Amino acid sequence: MTIQRIAARTPKAGADRYRAGVLKYADMGYWDSDYEPKDTDVLALFRITPQDGVEPKEAAAAVAGESSTATWTVVWTDRLTACERYRAKAYRIEPVPGAPGQYFAYIAYDLDLFEPGSIANLSASIIGNVFGFKPLKALRLEDMRFPTAYVKTFAGPPTGIIVERERLDKFGRPLLGATVKPKLGLSGRNYGRVVYEALQGGLDFTKDDENINSQPFMHWRDRFLYCMEAVNRAQAATGEVKGHYLNVTAATMEDMYERADFARELGSVIVMIDLVIGYTAIQSMSRWARKNDMILHLHRAGHGTYTRQKTHGVSFRVIAKWMRLAGVDHLHAGTVVGKLEGDPSTVQGFYNVLRQPLNTVDLPRGIFFEQNWAGLNGVMPVASGGIHAGQMHQLLTYLGDDTVLQFGGGTIGHPMGIAAGATANRVALEAMVLARNEGRDIWNEGPQILADVARHCTPLKAALDTWGEVTFNYASTDTPDFIPTPTAAA
Amino acid sequence: MRLTQGAFSFLPDLTDAQIAAQIEYCLQQGWATSVEYTDDPHPRNTYWEMFGMPMFDMKDAAGVLQEVNACRHTFPNHYVRVNAFDATRGVESVRLSFIVNRPPEEPGFGLIREEGAGRNIRYTLGRRA
Repeated sequence: MTIQRIAARTPKAGADRYRAGVLKYADMGYWDSDYEPKDTDVLALFRITPQDGVEPKEAAAAVAGESSTATWTVVWTDRLTACERYRAKAYRIEPVPGAPGQYFAYIAYDLDLFEPGSIANLSASIIGNVFGFKPLKALRLEDMRFPTAYVKTFAGPPTGIIVERERLDKFGRPLLGATVKPKLGLSGRNYGRVVYEALQGGLDFTKDDENINSQPFMHWRDRFLYCMEAVNRAQAATGEVKGHYLNVTAATMEDMYERADFARELGSVIVMIDLVIGYTAIQSMSRWARKNDMILHLHRAGHGTYTRQKTHGVSFRVIAKWMRLAGVDHLHAGTVVGKLEGDPSTVQGFYNVLRQPLNTVDLPRGIFFEQNWAGLNGVMPVASGGIHAGQMHQLLTYLGDDTVLQFGGGTIGHPMGIAAGATANRVALEAMVLARNEGRDIWNEGPQILADVARHCTPLKAALDTWGEVTFNYASTDTPDFIPTPTAAA
Repeated sequence: MRLTQGAFSFLPDLTDAQIAAQIEYCLQQGWATSVEYTDDPHPRNTYWEMFGMPMFDMKDAAGVLQEVNACRHTFPNHYVRVNAFDATRGVESVRLSFIVNRPPEEPGFGLIREEGAGRNIRYTLGRRA
């Protein structure tokens, strides 16, 4: 497309503005450096990388235009609407520190542009056509701010952190979980064995993996029945409430409802869905969970395809905000120290978005806007992927109490067996929380605290001997722009 | 069996000094502590008996420990737990709970299965006699 856009010498108005032809987006009203964002506006921050020769301001205006009312040419039918109100306004642009050719563009959207309570509608506007727009080399949605009036159109997490803890009767420490491994191939009967061993050994939760649905080696009903036998046996063995995230992800809503209803009938406290089912399906399952007093766990399957690279896609902090609005109770949000992508400050930013009642601007953690959650429940972040008992002091320091620490390989791969692996993690966790509350400096004394308690706990000693030295020390790609941060390493 | 409710049940039983340190931590956070006891530790038994009111105005860990010991002395064969309550808006719930006394013999639970259609089983957690 090589349409020459006519540069405006003076602001266009009236007949001049609406003459058939092509204008720069900035001249069509999508750039307004004097615009004062209203408290009721939805705000978005994009990282834009314009094509060579495209002015940053024009690129920002184009993003505003294509994510709101504009098309590539002037249309007279604009004049049948309150078009000036409906146009998104790019109102501020600044170069990204240390990244030549990239700019942060702030864009304000009028609240009337969005259907109440619909992530599908919100995302269709904000990340609809605009990400394929030719004048941009790359585009990334970095952060968003939702006005209270809009937040209040969502019901949010059906259970929330506080009520989840009350239902489970578990306070004062992170929860412990594990994903059943191998993730594919076990029969229902063998799968339930792993669940039983892990739960009676000391975990609070076990979990289906994202791709365990209903396969030839294990149909979903079989999995649900054996898992609930294991959950109930473990409850009897320990006197504690236990749970297994039964993944109800399926091809259709009808299938998902059928599976979720069966989980409820069997007395499960929690069901699970994958991010790939889509925003509308997630909101439907949230409604179902609210109606049925069920904790809703969301696995972020697929997010790495668009969240990881800094120049193009959608930051996970935006996905986290959308999912808090959409209404899930658990969301995988990174471990810092494990095997998956996660700069410490960036991950803490995600955790704050999920848990805090009010986010203040915090550029080192990637939070660009103040966000008042207006009483919406918090989401429990889940730390999963390549973590082990020897990192307990780091996990507790980075992630705090309101999180689920999931040790899959770190439980099931224990040399003395699954129950021993679970016990090792639980003992390490309780010892670390006890020491922290006593005022000890767990960041520095952590390894000694673990070694001391391991003297009386053979399973923990075996875990530390097996994995104590394992670290995943690679540079992160999704890092903050405002301070240089070292990658998390032991 | 060893009942593993509460934050520290996988550790050896806490000494009085360790209990006092946890209470001190709770008081520093501004949480109100309370002492509860029961002889019915079913995981769904939310309401253990209150050993007096929550100590909203008690700012001294030694004073709370005195209550703990009074409860343990009165109910040596019961489970006793310390709760810490946080009245902050958005929390308004328990922030820490841990067991400080157990009966000498912990009977544990049995599982009663009622078999239904389609291999469904209805489970009930029963007390072992």
